[in-house]
Amino acid sequence: MEVSLDLLLSAVVAGILLGGFYAAVSIGISISFGMLDIVNIAHPAFIILGAYAAYIVNSTFGLDPILTAIIMLPVFYLLGAGVYQVYYAVFERRGDEALRGLAFFFGLLFIIEVGLVLVFGVDYRFVEAPYIGPTFRFGMVDLPLRMLVPFVVSMVLVVLLQLYLSRTFIGRAIMAVSQDRLALQLMSANPGKIKRIAFGISIATASLAGAFLIIIQPVEPSVGRDYIGRVFAITVLGGLGSFPGMVAAALLLGIVESITATFYGPSWSPAVAFGILLLTLAFRPSGIMGR
Amino acid sequence: MAAKRFWLIAILVGAVFFGLSLLVPNQYYFQAGYVVLQYIVLATAWNILGGYTGYVNFGVAAFFALGAYSSVALYKLAPLPLPVLILIAGIVSGVVGLGMGYLTLRLRGAFFSIATLAMAVVMQTLITNWDYVGGSRGAYILRPAQVPILGNYIVYLFLIMLILAVITIGIARSIERSRLGFGFAAIRDDEQAAEAAGVPTLRLKLVATTLSGALMGMAGAPLPYYVTYLDPASGFSLSYAVNSIAMPLIGGMTNWIGPLIGALFLGTIQQLATVTISSALNLLIVGLLLVGFVVIAPNGIVGLFERVVERARGRR
Amino acid sequence: MKRVLCAWFGAVLLLAGMAPLTAGAVEPIKIGFGMALTGGLAGNGKAALVAIQIWRDEINAKGGLLGRPVQLIYYDDQTNPALVPGIYTKLLDVDKVDLVISGYGTNLQAPAMPIIMQHGMTFIGLFGLDVNHQFHYDRFFQIQPNGEDPSISSIEGFFQAAMTAKPTPKTVAMVGADAEYPKVALEGARKIVKQLGLKIVYDRSYPPTTVDYTPIIRSIQATNPDIVYVASYPPDSAGMVHAAHEVGLKATVFGGGMIGLQFASLKQQLGEMLNGIICYDMYVPSTTMNFPGINEFLAKYQPVAKEEGADQLGFYLPPFAYAAMQILTQAVETTKGLDQGKIAEYIHATEFDTVVGHVKFAANGEWAKPRVIFVQYRGIKGNDLEQFKKPGTAVIVAPAEYKTGDVEAPYSAIAH
Repeated sequence: MEVSLDLLLSAVVAGILLGGFYAAVSIGISISFGMLDIVNIAHPAFIILGAYAAYIVNSTFGLDPILTAIIMLPVFYLLGAGVYQVYYAVFERRGDEALRGLAFFFGLLFIIEVGLVLVFGVDYRFVEAPYIGPTFRFGMVDLPLRMLVPFVVSMVLVVLLQLYLSRTFIGRAIMAVSQDRLALQLMSANPGKIKRIAFGISIATASLAGAFLIIIQPVEPSVGRDYIGRVFAITVLGGLGSFPGMVAAALLLGIVESITATFYGPSWSPAVAFGILLLTLAFRPSGIMGR
Repeated sequence: MAAKRFWLIAILVGAVFFGLSLLVPNQYYFQAGYVVLQYIVLATAWNILGGYTGYVNFGVAAFFALGAYSSVALYKLAPLPLPVLILIAGIVSGVVGLGMGYLTLRLRGAFFSIATLAMAVVMQTLITNWDYVGGSRGAYILRPAQVPILGNYIVYLFLIMLILAVITIGIARSIERSRLGFGFAAIRDDEQAAEAAGVPTLRLKLVATTLSGALMGMAGAPLPYYVTYLDPASGFSLSYAVNSIAMPLIGGMTNWIGPLIGALFLGTIQQLATVTISSALNLLIVGLLLVGFVVIAPNGIVGLFERVVERARGRR
Repeated sequence: MKRVLCAWFGAVLLLAGMAPLTAGAVEPIKIGFGMALTGGLAGNGKAALVAIQIWRDEINAKGGLLGRPVQLIYYDDQTNPALVPGIYTKLLDVDKVDLVISGYGTNLQAPAMPIIMQHGMTFIGLFGLDVNHQFHYDRFFQIQPNGEDPSISSIEGFFQAAMTAKPTPKTVAMVGADAEYPKVALEGARKIVKQLGLKIVYDRSYPPTTVDYTPIIRSIQATNPDIVYVASYPPDSAGMVHAAHEVGLKATVFGGGMIGLQFASLKQQLGEMLNGIICYDMYVPSTTMNFPGINEFLAKYQPVAKEEGADQLGFYLPPFAYAAMQILTQAVETTKGLDQGKIAEYIHATEFDTVVGHVKFAANGEWAKPRVIFVQYRGIKGNDLEQFKKPGTAVIVAPAEYKTGDVEAPYSAIAH
């Protein structure tokens, strides 16, 4: 197929929008895995939980899914803090978090998934919102609001979190915990508490990511599994714990998927995306923007 | 000496087990047994890399499916007896394991795991787009209903998997007691220190990835004959990776008996749950067991057992 | 939830051998199957289970089959083909069921075939694509109305209808998911398109995990096709319809083999976006498909399904699952026994009258005459589910026998 300018432009724009969504899905992992070294493989399940929260409130009260997600942030924060408390008490304190922690989250993944199946059944669920459907058109490119709204909110989320981490005391402490625990203790901050806050935040982002997901596509309990590979790929590709790197990786993945889908046949897009990840890992393990 | 005796005992146990199973009048136990045995091979193979050297492989499905698909490819090419297929599948997966080892040499911890996960995705895309083995449409494998002497084909599959399980466990055990095993343990405990002490970590890791990959591929080779219809989505199913990691974890990872116990335990429970509980609660069991075991028995069933024995000795 | 727990307790009791068998009671007829109650295909699996349970309650209220009560023994196959051989061996060797039917979907039927064949059981498949073409088993029947050559007959109606559109289409773009059904459908579509002398301008597939479908639709749009044929599974069907709407797809005819548009959840979500799309279907409420018993069945099904979280309309799989049971009932009662050979022979020889109309099987077990319908969605307003329960929103445009209206074209001119 010939590469025409407007197709290319559209593909890039679509990729950027998709990348924004990927960033929202990955930011939680970027915190938990990238900064805290917690391999939370259940994160996508929490995202599905967020999607169902948005669905219940939207279908019963007609409330906007993103607004719902924002209201639900504290609930997810507490949920995350609670999960961390268990994780800390059982694994981290004993110092054998690596593999057993992983198994713990694998187990959590199943428990959440089955919980949702038992409560909501297995039918596809969706939300209604005024921005599902309409499209903005600017000359050659069009911006479907269904993708644009999650993109914008996601970018706001990333910027706010970045500011929080770099400007506030607790934020800096979170950054520090990933680097030097002893120094943190000397600063008279309790690393356990700091990590609990950080993990709470990481799960809180799942609330928003879940709302985005159910805005973009219908959701059933097991779709979270599709995202496990993607989110970890993005986090690693971006260089652990770096938000700008993570966003760059998310956008890259989105654009690569979109361009392969447009010009070379969508069938190959996972191979291309994960091939890039493999090569990055093999030749530059610190990620594209890693330290 | 000890090794010889172990092999003898293993073969004997296998033979007695098979003999006893022939007395069971119905096929169901062969079907269920086949699956449990397959998990014994997978869990033990995973543990050679994951348990002995501490490198967590998320891409179990890639090797397993590679084995299964090399059988499909050969089935379409020429009719070969199953043991030959298994051998070829082992070679193919072993070579891929070696390649993966080379590619990911510099990666440690979670990075390695994610690289293996990425490899599984790439592999699945390749198979999905390879029409010769059915591609995304899936492939049908017609198996004979009967085999000479044994009778039903499922008995044959069961026997083959049993032999494979005995061999795999034997390999795992002999690694443990060899210099190779000590090298692996050194890598697990402190890779840098091991390297400084002159352990050829690089070569040892390659041996582990190759061996582990080959055995996983061999476990997958008879799969097409078991299900008779194979599509990429089910061949690369996440459940193979989850189970292969969960079983050694639940059983215990430091020696060969752990994955065996874990696979027997979890595999049997899953088979039972499938035909008794038979609802979403089924998956819940795996979830709860995983969480429960890593919380209560961090060193698996074997660790639990050792603790009990130690305590009993202490009292004496 | 309650039902799940009940089933669970029931199963546990049975296992322990404590199932209270009332003294003197007649031994029940046991019907066994595996069904996807979790995993990707669970939506339809659950719906089929509800339909089969409705049948069981009805037949037991009437005094049972051959005067014996009917008992269902089913296991969740978790949409995992590797579990299927074990499940069917358990059903046949341990539970000693008297009759079997299949789970939902091709890849959950095929693994059962060798075992079924070994036991010589009559086997009715619930929606699989050409499962028997490798096995050639003469006791296999398929309740999906695909006809003898499923790869053609489930598609050709779409193109027949499409060719009646004005202006007459000349080019086709086709796209489908990387999975079994879409692959088969696209192969069939290629054959038909060749016969019709249409030109293929786009022919690609995409991975089912794709999130955003707008790049694909844009890429298709760039080839300016008259017909856009899509073969997809529920999540991607929704994605494609969204994308077509958002990109403003310009085509004479859009649709094809989009699984999911038949389900209540997607209909409700997509609402007006469906207008103009032509898609295959199995049953829609209409004057031409007013089969005896179908309305009564749906009236029973819909409230139960709502409670169970299964498909709320039940137009797709449930009536066919129920029809399969009707066929089995009639075969068992007429042959007055459970002889599998006689039952299969009878099913081959008979034309059945079911809630999905007349059913006659061909030698390979598929329907002798295909009866896939193609509907065009029209006049859908908002997202109210009730409008789909009445005729009118889905106009049957092919085949001629069931037709209730002509194709409206072009797709891009219809408000959606």
